[in-house]
Amino acid sequence: MPFSHRPSRRDFLRVSTALGAGLALELKFPSALAAEARGPEITAWIVIRPNDEVIIRVARSEMGQGSSTGLPMLVAEELECDWRKVKTEFVSSAENLRRNRVWGSMATGGSQSIRSSQEYLRKAGAAAREMLIAAAAQRWKVEASDCDAENSTIIHRPSGRKVRFGQVAQAASKLEPPAEVKLKDPKDWNLLGRSARRLDMKDKVTGKPLFGVDVQLPGMLHAAIAQCPVFRGKLKTVADEQLLGLRGLVKVVKLEDAVAVVADSWWRAQKMLKLLPIEWDFGENGSATTASIREFVRFGLEDSSAPVARDDGNVEAAFSTAYKVVEAEYFAPFLNHAPLEPMNCTALVKGDRVEVWAPTQNAEATHAAAAAAAGVPLENVEVHLTYLGGGFGRRGFQDYTRQAVAIARAVEGRPVKLLWSREEDMQHDFYRPMTLMRFKGALDREGRLTALRVRDASHSIMASVRPQEIKDGVDRHALGGLIDLPYSIPSLRIEFAMRNSHVPVGFMRTVFHSQNPFMRECFIDELAAAAGKDPVEFRRPMLAASPKNLAVLEAAAKASGWSSPLPEGVHRGVAVQDSHGSYAAAVFEVAVSAGGEIDIRRVVVAVDPGHVVNPDSAEAQIQSCVAYGLTSALWGEITLKDGRVEQKNFDDYRIMRIAEMPRRIEAVLVPSGGFWGGMGETPLAPLAPALCNAVFAATGKRIRALPLKSQGFSVASIA
Amino acid sequence: MIELTVNGRKHNVDVEPEMPLLWVLRDVLDVKGPKYGCGIAQCGACTVHLNGEPVRSCSVPVSAAAGQKVLTIEGLAQRGQLHPVQKAWIDNEVPQCGYCQSGQIMAAVALLARNPNPSDKDIDAAMTNICRCGTYARIRTAIHAAAKSAKPARAKA
Repeated sequence: MPFSHRPSRRDFLRVSTALGAGLALELKFPSALAAEARGPEITAWIVIRPNDEVIIRVARSEMGQGSSTGLPMLVAEELECDWRKVKTEFVSSAENLRRNRVWGSMATGGSQSIRSSQEYLRKAGAAAREMLIAAAAQRWKVEASDCDAENSTIIHRPSGRKVRFGQVAQAASKLEPPAEVKLKDPKDWNLLGRSARRLDMKDKVTGKPLFGVDVQLPGMLHAAIAQCPVFRGKLKTVADEQLLGLRGLVKVVKLEDAVAVVADSWWRAQKMLKLLPIEWDFGENGSATTASIREFVRFGLEDSSAPVARDDGNVEAAFSTAYKVVEAEYFAPFLNHAPLEPMNCTALVKGDRVEVWAPTQNAEATHAAAAAAAGVPLENVEVHLTYLGGGFGRRGFQDYTRQAVAIARAVEGRPVKLLWSREEDMQHDFYRPMTLMRFKGALDREGRLTALRVRDASHSIMASVRPQEIKDGVDRHALGGLIDLPYSIPSLRIEFAMRNSHVPVGFMRTVFHSQNPFMRECFIDELAAAAGKDPVEFRRPMLAASPKNLAVLEAAAKASGWSSPLPEGVHRGVAVQDSHGSYAAAVFEVAVSAGGEIDIRRVVVAVDPGHVVNPDSAEAQIQSCVAYGLTSALWGEITLKDGRVEQKNFDDYRIMRIAEMPRRIEAVLVPSGGFWGGMGETPLAPLAPALCNAVFAATGKRIRALPLKSQGFSVASIA
Repeated sequence: MIELTVNGRKHNVDVEPEMPLLWVLRDVLDVKGPKYGCGIAQCGACTVHLNGEPVRSCSVPVSAAAGQKVLTIEGLAQRGQLHPVQKAWIDNEVPQCGYCQSGQIMAAVALLARNPNPSDKDIDAAMTNICRCGTYARIRTAIHAAAKSAKPARAKA
């Protein structure tokens, strides 16, 4: 990815650029205006002002995971600037397009932000440092090699002369970036690996209008929307004349599968929407229920034509000669992302130009969706990226963008802020898929696992997002944690039955590593119990060829004092699961009352993400995953009746509160170096199985279906 | 016309008396601190103070605030000085996405006004605001820190 694409002449440029699938555009734009409006640009990533303020540009979205601090840290480390002088700004998708994607991808998901951009960000920082040093050396007429940069200052070692970054920034911005730069060895890092203060803290504690819902523009209208309650249904009729004369009404906009009311305030729009008689054509799925969908998915467990994804050794031979055979069936329901900021998007359509303000996880996808929805070329679109009130994968989808633009077209010339109610958000998600799994394992006389057969019957996300990823009916993405399991097992057979109902599914924090590890690690625990072995002891030899998984399991075991005695009634459970480039293991300590009330005494989560950029941030992500994961494991369940989602709001889709948050959460970071892994999702993967394994240890009851509530378990809470 | 005082400033708003205070603040007065998360008083992202008491403004009609004093997150800092709770929130790196934090902070300020030295159980009972990012552990720490920092210095006898 070019970090040094910067025009050497400040005049009009002709830039040809491509975005997405082979679209090529030629644009003219005055590059001088874009750069000088803000200050001298030293590589596209950095602007340094005369007062030494360092503006580091961020191309990924900030949804709480801390990328808007972590990514600038990567630049700052090499740049050798004073961290206290750093400010950030999000880049514009339109300018990214105009400048030949100089800032690269803006997609934020899959725990990719740090690991996909770290190399070019560090190189940008290093290049800028070299340019600043070169400018100082030129000014002093000395050798650049006799100069060092440190803390926003350049020092000429032999003479001791100093100059601030801000004093040479203008001169540096006129130089050619170096063709090659050398990056620091991690052992020489000053900033990376330390807990730098997050850059967005102050704004977030003073109520600044940061989010998509906070966008405020002159003449702005508000839109509320009702989408067909049954997925894939359509709008039939709407008696919009019923709203005539009501206060604040501007327009009723009919979409293919939804109705929007545009008004002078959101509350009025939502109120009028509730009064509107709407007739839907529910289509074919109007009688689907959770049970009917579960039955549909479960058929995949029996389907003899299900393709084989992996087949090592000979499972059938192993089963026939096994000392013991263990079988079990597992279930995980649909889940809702439930970010606290509901879906929203603000759009303005003026002639053939479109401007969008969105809390999106991918400003470029929003850009492309807006262009398509308005039927205009990409260069006629501008997207302003706001902060996100949580994303968790939901805001990579662009349904709300297309709606906002369609509505904006209907009130052309005026910006419209579309905001979904919580009820719309709850009932129109791209849900974590419902999955069923059947396991069969063979143990030998020594209690070793000789064969494992897995039949995975699940919705596929790739089927709707990237169908070309599915080969011969096998969706490897849906088999995460199974197809690539770290255990050495002589015979292993994995079969996949794709079962897609009418329920839309999508990427939800940790994606298939949310339900797959629950099933895998609980079944491994079942095998350990059948073999009469301690769960850690049972796993150890099988992980000999997976040293990182083994190391993180050992770290969790050690930190939790795995083999040490526990107080009466307290029991432990363990699980290990790698995902998103990193490795994690968790140990839960629980006590369970006779009535099934779980007291989570302690949670230990060990994570190896290769390098840790910001330890404080990493710990925050572990805590975040515990809250998110426990919400799912304890109560998370989306059910359907009459083809539609039954849950409406937080009163029937329960979210963890402070009273239920375990008091002892130990984040154990064990970075082994040498690679860059994700941090926002990986800690989540081993949590549900570790908890369920602990519940088994405490009660003798094996949990094979989530949520725990459905299995008769609860947690203590404030009534 | 409904008159209400928000963060020390008097406003006259021409709105339906049943319009929730949250939407008067956000859409009529452009006070964006309090947020919309659920609309049914479940999440607390809309928490403001009405005459010093914490309320979930999505479920309070503006008529109930007529002639009353409303305080939002924007009104917490005094003369450029952050409130001790805001300082504690920064010192303990509490926010992640930040969406719930206006409500969390307003709830915490109200708790400490009532109970200057809350126990963990007191915090559990008072702080029922939802945080989807799970900043709860640090909210607890920050409340304890704010409580400590607000203790008046005692002169030695």
